[in-house]
Amino acid sequence: MMKTENENGKQHREEVCPGKKLSLDDAHARLADTKGPEFWRSLEELAGSPEWQEMMHREFPKGASEWLDSVSRRGFLKLMGASLAMAGMTACTKQPLEPIVPYVRQPEELIPGRPMFYATAFTMGGYAAPLLVESHMYRPTKVEGNDKHPASLGGTDIFAQASILEMYDPDRSQTIAYLGNVRTWGNFLEAIRGPLNAQKAVQGAGIRILTRTVSSPTLADQMRSLLKLYPQAKWHVYEPINRDNVLEGAKLAFGQPVETQYKLENADVIVSLDADFLSAGFPGNVRYIRDFAKRRDPDSGKMSRLYVVESTTSATGAKADHRLPMRATEIHSIARDLAARLGIGGAKAGDGDAEALLSANFSTCAALDLRSHAGSSVVIAGDHQPPVVHVLAHAVNQALGNVGKTVFYTDPVDSNPVNQTESLKDLVADMHAGKVDLLIVIDGNPAYDAPADLNFADALKNTNIPLRVHLGLYQDETAELCQWHINEAHYLEAWGDTRAYDGTVSIVQPLIAPLYSGKSAYELLATLAGPSETTGYEAVQSYWKKQHSGADFEMFWRKSLNDGWIEGTTFAPKQVSARTVGLPAIEPTPQNSIEINFRRDPSIHDGRFSNNGWLQELPKPMSKMTWDNPVLIGPGTVSFLGLKSEDLIHLDVDGKKVTVPLIGPTMTERLGLKSEDMIEIELNGKKVTAPVWVQAGHPDNSITVFLGYGRRRAGRVGTGTGFDFYPLRDSAEPWFTVGVSLRKTGETYKLATTQGYQTMDTPVGQRPLVRTANLEEYHKEPEFAREEEPPKELTLYQPYPYEKEPYAWGMAIDLNSCVGCNNCIVACQSENNIAVVGKEQVVIGRHMHWIRVDAYYQGDRDNPKAYFQPVPCMQCENAPCEVVCPVGATVHSSEGLNDMVYNRCVGTRYCSNNCPYKVRRFNFLLFQDWETPQLKMMRNPDVTVRSRGVMEKCTYCVQRISEHRIDSEREDRKIADGELQTACQQSCPANAIIFGNINDPNSRVSKLKSNPRNYSLLADLNTRPRTTYLAEIRNPNEELKT
Amino acid sequence: MDHQQESTTNNQTPVIEPGYTFGTVTDKISSIVLTRPTSSGWFVGFGVAFLLTMMMLYAIGYLFVKGVGIWGVTIPIGWGFAIINFVWWIGIGHAGTLISAILLLLRQSWRNSINRFAEAMTLFAVSAAGIFPLIHVGRPWLAYWLFPYPNSMGVWPQFRSPLIWDVFAVSTYATISLLFWFVGLVPDLATLRDRSTNRAAKIVYGMLALGWRGSARHWDRYETAYLLLAGLATPLVLSVHTVVSFDFAVGIVPGWHTTIFPPYFVAGAIYSGFAMVLMLAIPIRKLYGLEDFITELHLQNAAKVMLATGLIVGYGYIIEAFMGWYSGNRYDAFTLWNRLHGPYKWEYYALLICNIVIPQVLWIKKLRSSPIALFFVSLVVLVGMWLERFIIVVVSLHRDFLTSSWGMYYPTRWDWMTYIGTIGMFLAAMFLFVRILPMISIFEMRTLLPEAEVKE
Repeated sequence: MMKTENENGKQHREEVCPGKKLSLDDAHARLADTKGPEFWRSLEELAGSPEWQEMMHREFPKGASEWLDSVSRRGFLKLMGASLAMAGMTACTKQPLEPIVPYVRQPEELIPGRPMFYATAFTMGGYAAPLLVESHMYRPTKVEGNDKHPASLGGTDIFAQASILEMYDPDRSQTIAYLGNVRTWGNFLEAIRGPLNAQKAVQGAGIRILTRTVSSPTLADQMRSLLKLYPQAKWHVYEPINRDNVLEGAKLAFGQPVETQYKLENADVIVSLDADFLSAGFPGNVRYIRDFAKRRDPDSGKMSRLYVVESTTSATGAKADHRLPMRATEIHSIARDLAARLGIGGAKAGDGDAEALLSANFSTCAALDLRSHAGSSVVIAGDHQPPVVHVLAHAVNQALGNVGKTVFYTDPVDSNPVNQTESLKDLVADMHAGKVDLLIVIDGNPAYDAPADLNFADALKNTNIPLRVHLGLYQDETAELCQWHINEAHYLEAWGDTRAYDGTVSIVQPLIAPLYSGKSAYELLATLAGPSETTGYEAVQSYWKKQHSGADFEMFWRKSLNDGWIEGTTFAPKQVSARTVGLPAIEPTPQNSIEINFRRDPSIHDGRFSNNGWLQELPKPMSKMTWDNPVLIGPGTVSFLGLKSEDLIHLDVDGKKVTVPLIGPTMTERLGLKSEDMIEIELNGKKVTAPVWVQAGHPDNSITVFLGYGRRRAGRVGTGTGFDFYPLRDSAEPWFTVGVSLRKTGETYKLATTQGYQTMDTPVGQRPLVRTANLEEYHKEPEFAREEEPPKELTLYQPYPYEKEPYAWGMAIDLNSCVGCNNCIVACQSENNIAVVGKEQVVIGRHMHWIRVDAYYQGDRDNPKAYFQPVPCMQCENAPCEVVCPVGATVHSSEGLNDMVYNRCVGTRYCSNNCPYKVRRFNFLLFQDWETPQLKMMRNPDVTVRSRGVMEKCTYCVQRISEHRIDSEREDRKIADGELQTACQQSCPANAIIFGNINDPNSRVSKLKSNPRNYSLLADLNTRPRTTYLAEIRNPNEELKT
Repeated sequence: MDHQQESTTNNQTPVIEPGYTFGTVTDKISSIVLTRPTSSGWFVGFGVAFLLTMMMLYAIGYLFVKGVGIWGVTIPIGWGFAIINFVWWIGIGHAGTLISAILLLLRQSWRNSINRFAEAMTLFAVSAAGIFPLIHVGRPWLAYWLFPYPNSMGVWPQFRSPLIWDVFAVSTYATISLLFWFVGLVPDLATLRDRSTNRAAKIVYGMLALGWRGSARHWDRYETAYLLLAGLATPLVLSVHTVVSFDFAVGIVPGWHTTIFPPYFVAGAIYSGFAMVLMLAIPIRKLYGLEDFITELHLQNAAKVMLATGLIVGYGYIIEAFMGWYSGNRYDAFTLWNRLHGPYKWEYYALLICNIVIPQVLWIKKLRSSPIALFFVSLVVLVGMWLERFIIVVVSLHRDFLTSSWGMYYPTRWDWMTYIGTIGMFLAAMFLFVRILPMISIFEMRTLLPEAEVKE
């Protein structure tokens, strides 16, 4: 329509002034004698003339052709001047006539304003997190766990929660690029056709494909067909946070790669050998947390007991009933010791090894406990522990008869279970040997995260591989070194399939068309296999068509998409038998040599999430550190037996008496270090300088560094944050090694932690913030946590009769269940459009999280007890914030919510000052991004985006309450218990947060509140909080007093 | 008017040096405004103060553009310099009304030579104070929502909030202070009108003099109005800082939630107010040669008031500390510990030295009558009282109930620029005042002369 109009106009104008044309020179001549305001007037007059109109209509003035052949300086400048002047004219165009069409037929099932949920799955490290994704008008806005899927049961982990921000990340790669220049998919197809044809002749001998861990059946199938097509081509797999040790351990024990799964709901006794199985990133952690939490109920009469030996501090260690900090290099000795005590052949109790002696008591008790719970206990070995430890764990589990009860073996989830470090080594060797003609890196960043000794980036740069292709979400360090970069479609934009930790396959459904026309790995592989292009949808569907034997594929497909998983794909347990003899020995490590541990970062994993502001600003579970990865260093020598440094200790182990000195003065004292000091770490001649964080409970003579920081090309958020430790990490010892030397540089570095004080102790007494007891004490005095609350009438103002309302919202948080996984924080951030403020603001204390997870340490700083306490708004009935607000911007609802009226807030911050829980957050500056279009699409349309100068806080997800109230009123019923969940509750893998109507005596929250463990935080202030806590109960072994 | 008699005879130091007549008093005071050339020192002083005022405006302009995040305030320390400065300035603003109204009612005629500029000082201090509550809010363009005005939203302020009480207390105080000051100025403005030779000055002073002719009826009405205003202002002296103290006392923060705050705040306010009066009076009497009018007696009396109120403040500290221990409340006890040993302990020790230790030198008469010593002590007291508000606002907030939410407060350069800027604004206003209005009440001074004594 617009076009016709233009054409008409053109004709019209041509009729008016035939033959009269204006060139740039003419325009110049006309303007030459005019100055200042006159110039502008002339320009406008000129612009109004028919000649001008005609010239503009030709789009490129005639003069423009002039500078193509001979660019005289004069001519160029003239042209530039005129162009600048005329740019102003062209901007004033009339808006085109572009008719828009209203809904004539409404899309199926779409009701504007009501979200829809689609089942899909997020994959990390090959393991799927089954999801239900909330979609508002076809925009995914929030990730929830798939409550019907056994690997989720409604819970998620932080990475899945934050993946929504990854999808909308404005820094994601938006185009296909060749040497940094924008290209099209067609250009790429053209460029790759020749090399592929050439490879056909040599059976693909020069093709190398490098992927991350692939669990997708379709992708694996595609890869296999590609390898069939090019038999000499090779598929390499590498992830920096890989499970090589697990794989090698399984091969060693069973002779074949098997997947180990645990059923923690059957476990009475759990022994973790450096396994952080309650943290995001551990396969199956969401389900494990749920099962673990279920068994921690002190009223059930069968509360489980957790022993943890760990080489750093972790959430799992914090939840332990008995925790033993120990250097990673020595954990194998305790594994051996444990095995020996349980009579596993080939393993001997540690002899003369100081650490082992220290831990003798621990392992004796753990062994006894395991033995008395044979068949209902489990030993879990950490991913970074050497294969031997895994073999020992398998052997112990088998000897105890745990296999088939708490431990299950299945086929591996990884569809290409190879030793990834070896795989990458092979690739680098081939690259150096000049065997690689076409390298395709799918969804990985080896130029950044490959082991330092492989020098992958250098190899990529210098080995002259003729064609290097990178498919990825970001134009990262690897993309920089590949000629071709293809912008990858995010999992929320593309079809796919993936496996959960138990083998169950989920179809990955896209929630939105690719924002930047990205391509998925499926599409790239289909293209390589040729001949015709296949969409991801076709690839996935055709694979499952082949797999599906039944008649009605359509029904099967629809059901699988709807449910979020494919029935019958769960792996069946395998019968395998673990080898228990002839275990390889491990050389004892020198005691006085400082050990370094390389760990995945709890928030940004291996670095792939470093441009994710939610995760960067997410306080790490134990240190509450954001935006950085300081070196964790223990406060002193392990004093498991209550000893001091340099004490001589006498140990009585199995009748043998030994006297050993403890390792010298504490490490921090020896080095004169304190938090935020900079140190230089030297390992094998390589040096990295980074700040130190003294972490209570960290083993002595050992440091932990988190990988994933110090990115060079992550994006605006991630580039330059933190410190890169990959240069210290070798392929031979990727997880820990000794021989590191530390030197204090004398500089300091500001770190941004959200909790500066991690103790409840003050010089004038302890504060009863987290209340705890041992199981025994709890049984003796169940109401130990309760304290007398001031009488209800003790307020100046008339109490409101909440009990007469249909609903009175309340929340109970079970500290016993909470494992400090931080998932509630990210879920809340996503649900409530909470801004990211950046490191400088966190340093000052201006982070915006509506719910935080406080971590407190208690006791000996070398091995303290640690507790987590999630703190959302308490929704006090006598809210101290409300009385002091001068404008009534925070008021109480009849249902007991402490509501924020953002529009009314003028920002005096008096409410925050008067909030004893400090849960209010203030927009000191304009923290929200009001400009970036992608982020606008991401936001929850049900929640106000707050501007500068406004106070904000948790409102129990009032938007969800309203939605359910409207629904229930329309259906003339009350909101049912459990139907309405807050975002934090819904995502909580531990079910630690329970929200509901406390006016209903049968609701879950009412029942929890009548539990004797229930207590109000700061009850003596008479705030009458609606959020209450269930005290934490530990179940220590009486024999083993720590 | 026998009370004047008393004050002149009962003291050895006279309220006004002998040898003056009605005419010479008038000449001397009005000449500063009307005939004496403006000194270059005035221009330099005013210039500096004016530049500081501009700096304040720049800092406030930037604040409006960016938001209160440019300051050091954070969570948990939601109030910082702005509230400290507000309370500090309001406190300083107490002296004027106290001197004018309460001492008038108490018939302390020595007040006559210092009441005028003390009142002016009060007005400027209240203006400086008034800036802070307006600019410290997150959305200053909506600060008018704190006023109860008829609006289409049908929303009123929340009257339970002490900040609303503040709005009323401070605005009432500012209004009454202005009226009191202006009414007191009327006879003198008429004098200036009559004496000025400059036509423009004649017109301006004439308009401000409201047609004052000095008739007996005028004087009668004047006396009645002035007394009434004094009666109105008197409770305000006590109420304003009481209400300001409610900002804290009503809160539940340990270190705020205490019943001693109202009297202790009022005493502290008078303490700092008199310190500011002395800080201004000592250089002014020297520079303008007014030692005959503002005599040693005035300085001594002011010093005695400071000493007395300082002791009340000290009593407040002792009671706070005692209650911290005696209450047995773990949070209050920690607040005390934190003041003594926490990260801001040096500020607390400095506060004790400034407000309690150093002012004790005023017991010594020799120092009490030394202008230089008094000037120094006053400066120390002003610093001390600022620190006291810092301790109350920042140190209470930075470590409250949950240890997980403890924080630290570091003021930024914008905090300092705004604070120093208001001092500049205050001084600029004072410079203008001494230049264009009689800084000492001419007609009230005349009543102190022996000539004014009514013979039976």
